[in-house]
Amino acid sequence: MTSPPGGWADHAAARALASRHRLRAWEPIPWLLALAFYFAFPKYLGFGTEVLVTILFALSLDLVLGYAGIVTLGHAAFFGAGAYTVGMLAKHGIWNEPITGLILAALVAALVGLGSGMVLLRTQGLTLLMLTLCTMALLEEAANLAHVYTGGFDGLDSLPIAPLLGRFEFNPLYPRTQYLYVLSVLLVCFVFVRTLVYSPFGQSLTGIRENILRMHAVGAPVRRRLVVCYVLSAAIAGIAGGIWAQANAYVNLGTLGLDRAATVLIILVLGGHGRLYGAFVGAIAYMALSHFLSKIYPTAWQLGLGLLLVVIALFAKNGILGIIEAAARGRRAPRAT
Amino acid sequence: MSAAPLLETRALCRSFGALAAARDIDFQLEAGARHALIGPNGAGKTTFINLLTGVVRPTAGVILMNGRDITGVPEALRVKLGIARTFQINRLFRQLSVLENVYISVAERTGVAPSMLRPAGRRGDVVEESMALLDSLKLTADAARRVSELPYGRQRLVEIAIALGLRPRVLLLDEPAAGVPSAESHIILDAVDRLPREIAVLIIDHDMDLVFRFAQRITVLVSGAVFASGSPREIGANPDVRAVYLGQAARG
Repeated sequence: MTSPPGGWADHAAARALASRHRLRAWEPIPWLLALAFYFAFPKYLGFGTEVLVTILFALSLDLVLGYAGIVTLGHAAFFGAGAYTVGMLAKHGIWNEPITGLILAALVAALVGLGSGMVLLRTQGLTLLMLTLCTMALLEEAANLAHVYTGGFDGLDSLPIAPLLGRFEFNPLYPRTQYLYVLSVLLVCFVFVRTLVYSPFGQSLTGIRENILRMHAVGAPVRRRLVVCYVLSAAIAGIAGGIWAQANAYVNLGTLGLDRAATVLIILVLGGHGRLYGAFVGAIAYMALSHFLSKIYPTAWQLGLGLLLVVIALFAKNGILGIIEAAARGRRAPRAT
Repeated sequence: MSAAPLLETRALCRSFGALAAARDIDFQLEAGARHALIGPNGAGKTTFINLLTGVVRPTAGVILMNGRDITGVPEALRVKLGIARTFQINRLFRQLSVLENVYISVAERTGVAPSMLRPAGRRGDVVEESMALLDSLKLTADAARRVSELPYGRQRLVEIAIALGLRPRVLLLDEPAAGVPSAESHIILDAVDRLPREIAVLIIDHDMDLVFRFAQRITVLVSGAVFASGSPREIGANPDVRAVYLGQAARG
């Protein structure tokens, strides 16, 4: 057998592999829409900021859950670690510069991820799920007990966050600075995650997700890969938490709670995991829906969300994006054959 | 030049509770050998492979590679030493393309896998090697397809391709034709026949056509212990082997 003269680069499989990381034509659209939102809905920028933070948090979860297949119900541990890092440093007058504050939030969350990951990632499945939950509960209780530093149940409010780049104030009533700041940070983190998942490292993570035993059999240092992935994801979740604290000038125990961890999981499943943009679609769908449902049915709005989730879980395992992908494939198929 | 065989076990034992799955197995695999391991169901053949690859730790005995004791070497490092295997039941990356399946293995061997910043598709060296490997197994036509969409026989070939991507010196094939419809089984036999001569191959199979055609040496395992070992002719003519294993269908 001889390889074709120009090598295999022109083979359909090689081309598919070589082009999957390229920017698709539609990819700038969500970012342009986010920017358009800033001008079109100045009154909703608070809500918009909340959505962007949630997207960032869901993106960090997608890296571990969607790509590496690590099932976790405790991802808010890292969100909270980042949020409390920013909050405590600012409240106690140690550090309040936003950008370096985020870096510190990422480092602290990454350390928590490293410490817990080295222990937790020896396990799999249900055990892992329970241990992630326990880790988060421990952190939450620690934050509750250390009320001298953390404000306990009341949290820390009126955080004195310094103006962004020394110029742009964070005004809680008109969160214009917050919105653009969060959007920029989201873009940077997204580019990083996107690069990562299409790299050989990302490929090996999907290998672990698809068949962990085979990854052992091809000589991959599986646990080390998982820990690295977990730490990177924790750092991004920490950034999400830190930026949430900065944008709201506020941090409380809710940043560390099961409610937040479960919500982000629901969002990712709703949007479609292992798909990068699932975090975007899921966060927007979930938050817009809960926003409107709670206006129409103030007492029973969660029922609507629950029903939607049941439908998604039963009929669309890959979430909203999965439905769109299937529809696109169905339309293309007749021409392809 | 050492006279030590490529892979050797001495008095290798493994018990699962009261069950002795491997009992005092003395076994030698020479460089470039074509060796078959046969035996009735539950004889401990797969356990033996798991012992050789480090998935299972022996309760007693040693495993040597080129005379060096590797009994305590973990699975991932044994792969680096050149021991690769396939699985009796497919262990593939089912949602990925055939090319990606092999890419993962080649990237792992070449040390490309930990790199985070360059897109996987830009690693032309890994892609070329993976495609050439698929070509050698006549799989290029399926390279772009999701592996779970392939017919089972061709999935079995991908199973072999992943192992070959590790450029092993020892290849352990655990029933490569298991589950393949007989109409397709010839593609597995062809692939096994065409494996590079420099790789030492240990094959487990129940298909006596394959075993007797392929092997230069056969070891018969019964109840975890070596029952007989020898050339295909000796094994085929051994009345005890015929009695316990080959039965009526024996050939000489």
